Amino acid sequence: MTNNKGGKGYGILVTFIVMYLFWILLSGIFDALHLGAGLICSAIVALISHDLFVKDGGLPFDKFWRLLVYIPWELWQIVLANLDVAYRVLHPKMPIDPMVIEFETTLRSDFALVTMANSITLTPGTITIIVEPERGKFWVHAVAKAPADALLVDQEMQNRVAEVYNEL
Amino acid sequence: MLTVFLVTGVLIATTILLALYRAALGPGVFNRTVAVNVIGTKTVVLLVLIGYYFERPLFFDLSLLYALLNFIGTLIFAKYLERGEIWSS
Amino acid sequence: MVELISIIDAIVTLFLALGLFFMFTGAIGLLRFPDFYTRLHATGKCDTLGEVLIIAGLLIYHLFVYSPGAELSVKLVPVKLLFLIAFIFLTNPTGTHALMKAAYTTGVKPWKLGEKRQ
Repeated sequence: MTNNKGGKGYGILVTFIVMYLFWILLSGIFDALHLGAGLICSAIVALISHDLFVKDGGLPFDKFWRLLVYIPWELWQIVLANLDVAYRVLHPKMPIDPMVIEFETTLRSDFALVTMANSITLTPGTITIIVEPERGKFWVHAVAKAPADALLVDQEMQNRVAEVYNEL
Repeated sequence: MLTVFLVTGVLIATTILLALYRAALGPGVFNRTVAVNVIGTKTVVLLVLIGYYFERPLFFDLSLLYALLNFIGTLIFAKYLERGEIWSS
Repeated sequence: MVELISIIDAIVTLFLALGLFFMFTGAIGLLRFPDFYTRLHATGKCDTLGEVLIIAGLLIYHLFVYSPGAELSVKLVPVKLLFLIAFIFLTNPTGTHALMKAAYTTGVKPWKLGEKRQ
Protein backbone atom coordinates (compact mmCIF):
# COMPACT_ATOMS: atom_id res chain seq x y z
CA MET A 1 0.00 0.00 0.00
CA THR A 2 1.65 3.25 -1.07
CA ASN A 3 1.70 6.39 1.01
CA ASN A 4 -0.55 8.84 -0.75
CA LYS A 5 0.03 11.91 1.38
CA GLY A 6 3.33 13.14 -0.05
CA GLY A 7 5.88 10.51 0.87
CA LYS A 8 7.55 9.91 4.15
CA GLY A 9 8.21 13.63 4.69
CA TYR A 10 4.64 13.95 5.90
CA GLY A 11 5.16 11.17 8.42
CA ILE A 12 8.35 12.73 9.77
CA LEU A 13 6.71 16.17 10.09
CA VAL A 14 3.64 14.91 11.94
CA THR A 15 5.75 12.79 14.32
CA PHE A 16 8.09 15.73 14.98
CA ILE A 17 5.22 18.10 15.81
CA VAL A 18 3.48 15.64 18.12
CA MET A 19 6.72 14.77 19.97
CA TYR A 20 7.60 18.45 20.43
CA LEU A 21 4.13 19.16 21.79
CA PHE A 22 4.57 16.32 24.32
CA TRP A 23 7.94 17.77 25.37
CA ILE A 24 6.53 21.25 25.97
CA LEU A 25 3.48 19.96 27.86
CA LEU A 26 5.51 17.69 30.12
CA SER A 27 8.27 20.13 31.03
CA GLY A 28 6.52 23.50 31.35
CA ILE A 29 9.77 25.51 31.33
CA PHE A 30 10.34 27.92 28.46
CA ASP A 31 14.00 28.93 28.42
CA ALA A 32 16.49 28.37 25.61
CA LEU A 33 18.16 25.26 27.02
CA HIS A 34 14.97 23.22 27.40
CA LEU A 35 13.42 24.30 24.09
CA GLY A 36 16.65 23.61 22.18
CA ALA A 37 17.12 20.20 23.78
CA GLY A 38 13.48 19.39 22.97
CA LEU A 39 14.07 20.32 19.32
CA ILE A 40 17.06 17.99 19.02
CA CYS A 41 15.42 15.06 20.81
CA SER A 42 12.15 15.35 18.85
CA ALA A 43 14.09 15.49 15.57
CA ILE A 44 16.06 12.35 16.40
CA VAL A 45 12.97 10.40 17.47
CA ALA A 46 11.02 11.54 14.38
CA LEU A 47 13.84 10.50 12.03
CA ILE A 48 14.32 7.07 13.58
CA SER A 49 10.80 5.83 14.21
CA HIS A 50 8.29 7.84 12.21
CA ASP A 51 6.85 4.81 10.44
CA LEU A 52 5.64 3.31 13.71
CA PHE A 53 3.50 6.35 14.42
CA VAL A 54 1.91 7.33 11.09
CA LYS A 55 0.81 4.48 8.89
CA ASP A 56 0.13 4.82 5.13
CA GLY A 57 -2.54 7.33 4.34
CA GLY A 58 -2.11 9.71 7.26
CA LEU A 59 -4.31 10.11 10.32
CA PRO A 60 -8.01 9.51 9.66
CA PHE A 61 -10.08 12.23 11.27
CA ASP A 62 -13.65 11.00 10.93
CA LYS A 63 -12.77 7.77 12.74
CA PHE A 64 -11.58 9.78 15.74
CA TRP A 65 -14.98 11.41 16.01
CA ARG A 66 -16.84 8.10 16.05
CA LEU A 67 -14.28 6.70 18.48
CA LEU A 68 -15.05 9.55 20.89
CA VAL A 69 -18.72 8.55 20.78
CA TYR A 70 -17.81 4.92 21.50
CA ILE A 71 -15.73 5.70 24.59
CA PRO A 72 -18.53 6.54 27.13
CA TRP A 73 -20.29 3.22 26.44
CA GLU A 74 -16.99 1.45 27.02
CA LEU A 75 -16.41 3.28 30.32
CA TRP A 76 -19.81 2.13 31.53
CA GLN A 77 -18.91 -1.44 30.54
CA ILE A 78 -15.66 -1.17 32.52
CA VAL A 79 -17.56 -0.20 35.68
CA LEU A 80 -19.99 -3.11 35.17
CA ALA A 81 -17.08 -5.50 34.59
CA ASN A 82 -15.39 -4.57 37.81
CA LEU A 83 -18.57 -4.89 39.86
CA ASP A 84 -19.08 -8.33 38.32
CA VAL A 85 -15.56 -9.49 39.17
CA ALA A 86 -15.86 -8.07 42.72
CA TYR A 87 -19.08 -10.03 43.20
CA ARG A 88 -17.42 -13.24 42.05
CA VAL A 89 -14.34 -12.74 44.22
CA LEU A 90 -16.04 -11.77 47.47
CA HIS A 91 -18.91 -14.30 47.33
CA PRO A 92 -18.26 -17.16 49.81
CA LYS A 93 -18.94 -19.85 47.21
CA MET A 94 -17.05 -18.23 44.29
CA PRO A 95 -19.40 -18.92 41.33
CA ILE A 96 -17.04 -19.35 38.37
CA ASP A 97 -17.17 -21.82 35.45
CA PRO A 98 -14.39 -20.98 32.98
CA MET A 99 -14.46 -21.98 29.32
CA VAL A 100 -12.69 -21.12 26.05
CA ILE A 101 -14.85 -20.01 23.09
CA GLU A 102 -14.03 -18.85 19.57
CA PHE A 103 -15.90 -16.77 17.04
CA GLU A 104 -15.44 -14.85 13.80
CA THR A 105 -16.04 -11.20 13.03
CA THR A 106 -16.07 -9.06 9.91
CA LEU A 107 -13.33 -6.66 11.11
CA ARG A 108 -10.10 -6.71 9.15
CA SER A 109 -7.99 -3.57 9.70
CA ASP A 110 -5.37 -3.18 12.44
CA PHE A 111 -7.11 -0.42 14.40
CA ALA A 112 -10.44 -2.25 14.48
CA LEU A 113 -8.93 -5.53 15.69
CA VAL A 114 -6.97 -3.77 18.43
CA THR A 115 -10.05 -1.85 19.62
CA MET A 116 -12.10 -5.05 19.64
CA ALA A 117 -9.45 -6.99 21.60
CA ASN A 118 -9.09 -4.18 24.15
CA SER A 119 -12.84 -3.93 24.57
CA ILE A 120 -13.22 -7.68 25.09
CA THR A 121 -10.54 -7.54 27.79
CA LEU A 122 -12.21 -4.61 29.52
CA THR A 123 -15.81 -5.90 29.50
CA PRO A 124 -17.37 -8.23 32.08
CA GLY A 125 -15.96 -11.70 32.27
CA THR A 126 -13.94 -12.17 29.07
CA ILE A 127 -10.29 -11.85 27.98
CA THR A 128 -8.95 -12.37 24.42
CA ILE A 129 -6.37 -15.10 24.01
CA ILE A 130 -5.41 -15.16 20.31
CA VAL A 131 -6.36 -12.86 17.43
CA GLU A 132 -6.03 -14.09 13.85
CA PRO A 133 -6.00 -11.14 11.42
CA GLU A 134 -6.71 -12.95 8.16
CA ARG A 135 -10.18 -14.17 9.00
CA GLY A 136 -11.00 -11.94 11.97
CA LYS A 137 -11.13 -14.87 14.38
CA PHE A 138 -10.97 -14.41 18.15
CA TRP A 139 -10.25 -16.98 20.84
CA VAL A 140 -11.71 -15.76 24.12
CA HIS A 141 -11.52 -17.08 27.70
CA ALA A 142 -14.76 -16.49 29.60
CA VAL A 143 -15.16 -16.78 33.35
CA ALA A 144 -18.81 -17.94 33.43
CA LYS A 145 -21.66 -18.77 31.09
CA ALA A 146 -23.44 -15.39 31.17
CA PRO A 147 -20.62 -13.20 29.78
CA ALA A 148 -19.84 -15.80 27.12
CA ASP A 149 -23.45 -15.65 25.96
CA ALA A 150 -23.38 -11.87 25.90
CA LEU A 151 -20.49 -12.07 23.47
CA LEU A 152 -21.59 -14.98 21.29
CA VAL A 153 -25.35 -14.65 21.11
CA ASP A 154 -26.10 -10.94 21.43
CA GLN A 155 -23.16 -9.71 19.32
CA GLU A 156 -23.61 -6.22 20.66
CA MET A 157 -19.94 -5.32 20.89
CA GLN A 158 -19.12 -6.53 17.39
CA ASN A 159 -21.86 -4.35 15.96
CA ARG A 160 -20.73 -1.28 17.83
CA VAL A 161 -17.08 -1.58 16.86
CA ALA A 162 -18.00 -2.38 13.25
CA GLU A 163 -20.09 0.77 13.03
CA VAL A 164 -17.20 2.91 14.34
CA TYR A 165 -14.83 1.65 11.66
CA ASN A 166 -17.41 1.21 8.85
CA GLU A 167 -17.22 -2.58 9.13
CA LEU A 168 -13.60 -2.56 8.06
CA MET B 1 -6.05 15.63 54.11
CA LEU B 2 -2.47 14.48 54.47
CA THR B 3 -3.41 11.75 56.93
CA VAL B 4 -5.83 10.34 54.33
CA PHE B 5 -2.90 10.03 51.90
CA LEU B 6 -0.81 8.32 54.55
CA VAL B 7 -3.52 5.77 55.38
CA THR B 8 -4.09 5.06 51.66
CA GLY B 9 -0.37 4.53 51.15
CA VAL B 10 -0.13 2.10 54.04
CA LEU B 11 -3.13 0.09 52.77
CA ILE B 12 -1.64 -0.11 49.26
CA ALA B 13 1.59 -1.42 50.81
CA THR B 14 -0.49 -4.13 52.52
CA THR B 15 -1.89 -5.08 49.13
CA ILE B 16 1.66 -5.37 47.81
CA LEU B 17 2.39 -7.87 50.60
CA LEU B 18 -0.62 -9.97 49.55
CA ALA B 19 0.62 -10.06 45.96
CA LEU B 20 4.09 -11.01 47.21
CA TYR B 21 2.58 -14.15 48.72
CA ARG B 22 1.45 -15.22 45.27
CA ALA B 23 4.85 -14.37 43.82
CA ALA B 24 6.56 -16.66 46.31
CA LEU B 25 4.07 -19.51 46.15
CA GLY B 26 2.46 -19.74 42.69
CA PRO B 27 3.36 -22.95 40.89
CA GLY B 28 5.21 -22.15 37.69
CA VAL B 29 6.63 -19.02 36.13
CA PHE B 30 3.39 -17.47 34.82
CA ASN B 31 1.81 -16.90 38.24
CA ARG B 32 4.98 -15.19 39.41
CA THR B 33 5.05 -12.93 36.34
CA VAL B 34 1.48 -11.82 37.00
CA ALA B 35 2.32 -11.06 40.62
CA VAL B 36 5.33 -8.94 39.64
CA ASN B 37 3.22 -7.01 37.12
CA VAL B 38 0.64 -6.31 39.84
CA ILE B 39 3.36 -5.08 42.23
CA GLY B 40 4.66 -2.77 39.51
CA THR B 41 1.22 -1.31 38.92
CA LYS B 42 0.73 -0.58 42.59
CA THR B 43 4.19 1.00 42.80
CA VAL B 44 3.09 3.59 40.22
CA VAL B 45 0.15 4.63 42.40
CA LEU B 46 2.33 4.67 45.50
CA LEU B 47 4.83 7.00 43.82
CA VAL B 48 2.12 9.55 42.97
CA LEU B 49 0.80 9.42 46.55
CA ILE B 50 4.30 9.98 47.98
CA GLY B 51 4.69 12.92 45.62
CA TYR B 52 1.64 14.56 47.15
CA TYR B 53 2.46 13.65 50.74
CA PHE B 54 6.01 15.05 50.76
CA GLU B 55 5.14 17.94 48.38
CA ARG B 56 7.82 17.16 45.79
CA PRO B 57 6.72 17.52 42.14
CA LEU B 58 9.57 15.28 40.95
CA PHE B 59 7.73 12.06 41.72
CA PHE B 60 5.09 12.44 38.99
CA ASP B 61 7.74 12.07 36.28
CA LEU B 62 9.09 9.03 38.09
CA SER B 63 5.67 7.38 38.10
CA LEU B 64 5.21 7.99 34.36
CA LEU B 65 8.62 6.45 33.70
CA TYR B 66 7.98 3.43 35.87
CA ALA B 67 4.61 2.76 34.21
CA LEU B 68 6.44 2.59 30.86
CA LEU B 69 9.16 0.30 32.20
CA ASN B 70 6.66 -2.06 33.83
CA PHE B 71 4.64 -2.43 30.64
CA ILE B 72 7.65 -3.09 28.42
CA GLY B 73 9.13 -5.53 30.93
CA THR B 74 5.94 -7.58 31.03
CA LEU B 75 5.67 -7.65 27.22
CA ILE B 76 9.28 -8.73 26.70
CA PHE B 77 8.93 -11.43 29.32
CA ALA B 78 5.75 -12.79 27.73
CA LYS B 79 7.44 -12.81 24.31
CA TYR B 80 10.42 -14.70 25.71
CA LEU B 81 8.24 -17.30 27.43
CA GLU B 82 6.28 -17.88 24.24
CA ARG B 83 9.11 -18.31 21.76
CA GLY B 84 12.29 -19.04 23.70
CA GLU B 85 14.04 -15.99 22.18
CA ILE B 86 13.27 -12.29 21.81
CA TRP B 87 14.37 -11.44 18.27
CA SER B 88 13.84 -14.13 15.67
CA SER B 89 16.30 -13.33 12.91
CA MET C 1 -14.67 29.29 51.11
CA VAL C 2 -14.38 26.80 53.96
CA GLU C 3 -17.47 24.92 52.75
CA LEU C 4 -16.04 24.52 49.27
CA ILE C 5 -12.81 22.98 50.54
CA SER C 6 -14.56 20.45 52.73
CA ILE C 7 -16.80 19.33 49.84
CA ILE C 8 -13.71 18.75 47.71
CA ASP C 9 -12.13 16.83 50.60
CA ALA C 10 -15.16 14.53 50.77
CA ILE C 11 -15.13 13.89 47.02
CA VAL C 12 -11.41 13.10 46.98
CA THR C 13 -11.76 10.76 49.95
CA LEU C 14 -14.63 8.98 48.19
CA PHE C 15 -12.54 8.43 45.05
CA LEU C 16 -9.59 7.16 47.10
CA ALA C 17 -11.80 4.80 49.10
CA LEU C 18 -13.41 3.33 45.96
CA GLY C 19 -10.02 2.86 44.33
CA LEU C 20 -8.71 1.13 47.44
CA PHE C 21 -11.73 -1.20 47.52
CA PHE C 22 -11.10 -2.32 43.93
CA MET C 23 -7.38 -2.81 44.56
CA PHE C 24 -8.12 -4.99 47.57
CA THR C 25 -10.57 -7.01 45.48
CA GLY C 26 -7.88 -7.55 42.88
CA ALA C 27 -5.34 -8.75 45.44
CA ILE C 28 -7.82 -11.07 47.18
CA GLY C 29 -8.82 -12.49 43.78
CA LEU C 30 -5.15 -13.17 43.12
CA LEU C 31 -5.07 -15.36 46.22
CA ARG C 32 -8.47 -17.02 46.04
CA PHE C 33 -8.96 -18.10 42.44
CA PRO C 34 -7.92 -21.66 41.55
CA ASP C 35 -6.14 -21.19 38.23
CA PHE C 36 -3.78 -18.88 36.29
CA TYR C 37 -6.38 -17.73 33.74
CA THR C 38 -8.96 -16.76 36.35
CA ARG C 39 -6.33 -14.90 38.36
CA LEU C 40 -5.58 -12.85 35.27
CA HIS C 41 -9.28 -11.98 35.08
CA ALA C 42 -9.22 -10.63 38.64
CA THR C 43 -6.09 -8.54 38.37
CA GLY C 44 -6.37 -7.35 34.77
CA LYS C 45 -9.72 -5.71 35.36
CA CYS C 46 -9.73 -4.62 39.00
CA ASP C 47 -6.20 -3.23 39.11
CA THR C 48 -6.80 -0.99 36.11
CA LEU C 49 -9.97 0.60 37.43
CA GLY C 50 -8.69 0.95 41.01
CA GLU C 51 -5.56 2.71 39.86
CA VAL C 52 -7.47 5.05 37.54
CA LEU C 53 -9.87 5.99 40.35
CA ILE C 54 -7.06 6.83 42.78
CA ILE C 55 -5.20 8.95 40.24
CA ALA C 56 -8.44 10.70 39.24
CA GLY C 57 -9.05 11.55 42.90
CA LEU C 58 -5.57 13.05 43.18
CA LEU C 59 -6.20 14.99 39.97
CA ILE C 60 -9.30 16.61 41.51
CA TYR C 61 -7.32 17.41 44.64
CA HIS C 62 -4.65 19.12 42.57
CA LEU C 63 -7.09 21.16 40.50
CA PHE C 64 -8.99 22.62 43.44
CA VAL C 65 -6.61 22.82 46.38
CA TYR C 66 -3.11 23.04 45.00
CA SER C 67 -3.11 24.77 41.71
CA PRO C 68 -4.75 28.23 42.00
CA GLY C 69 -2.08 30.89 42.09
CA ALA C 70 1.04 28.91 41.31
CA GLU C 71 3.63 28.87 38.55
CA LEU C 72 3.30 27.11 35.21
CA SER C 73 5.12 23.88 35.93
CA VAL C 74 2.80 23.24 38.87
CA LYS C 75 -0.25 24.11 36.76
CA LEU C 76 0.79 21.51 34.13
CA VAL C 77 0.77 18.54 36.53
CA PRO C 78 -2.89 17.60 35.71
CA VAL C 79 -1.79 17.09 32.09
CA LYS C 80 0.83 14.57 33.25
CA LEU C 81 -1.73 12.75 35.36
CA LEU C 82 -4.13 12.62 32.38
CA PHE C 83 -1.36 11.07 30.24
CA LEU C 84 -0.84 8.51 32.98
CA ILE C 85 -4.54 7.61 33.07
CA ALA C 86 -4.76 7.21 29.27
CA PHE C 87 -1.55 5.18 29.23
CA ILE C 88 -2.82 2.80 31.92
CA PHE C 89 -6.16 2.29 30.15
CA LEU C 90 -4.34 1.32 26.96
CA THR C 91 -1.48 -0.79 28.29
CA ASN C 92 -2.77 -2.85 31.20
CA PRO C 93 -5.19 -4.89 29.05
CA THR C 94 -2.49 -5.34 26.39
CA GLY C 95 -0.06 -6.77 28.95
CA THR C 96 -2.77 -9.09 30.28
CA HIS C 97 -3.54 -10.33 26.78
CA ALA C 98 0.15 -10.91 25.98
CA LEU C 99 0.64 -13.03 29.12
CA MET C 100 -2.49 -15.05 28.42
CA LYS C 101 -1.45 -15.73 24.83
CA ALA C 102 2.01 -16.87 25.96
CA ALA C 103 0.51 -19.26 28.51
CA TYR C 104 -2.06 -20.68 26.07
CA THR C 105 0.39 -21.40 23.26
CA THR C 106 2.89 -22.92 25.67
CA GLY C 107 0.33 -25.42 26.95
CA VAL C 108 -0.93 -24.36 30.39
CA LYS C 109 -4.29 -26.09 30.77
CA PRO C 110 -7.39 -24.11 31.83
CA TRP C 111 -9.28 -25.15 34.94
CA LYS C 112 -12.74 -26.64 34.60
CA LEU C 113 -15.39 -26.87 37.32
CA GLY C 114 -14.71 -29.75 39.73
CA GLU C 115 -10.96 -30.17 39.37
CA LYS C 116 -8.25 -29.68 41.94
CA ARG C 117 -6.74 -26.25 42.71
CA GLN C 118 -3.49 -25.34 40.97
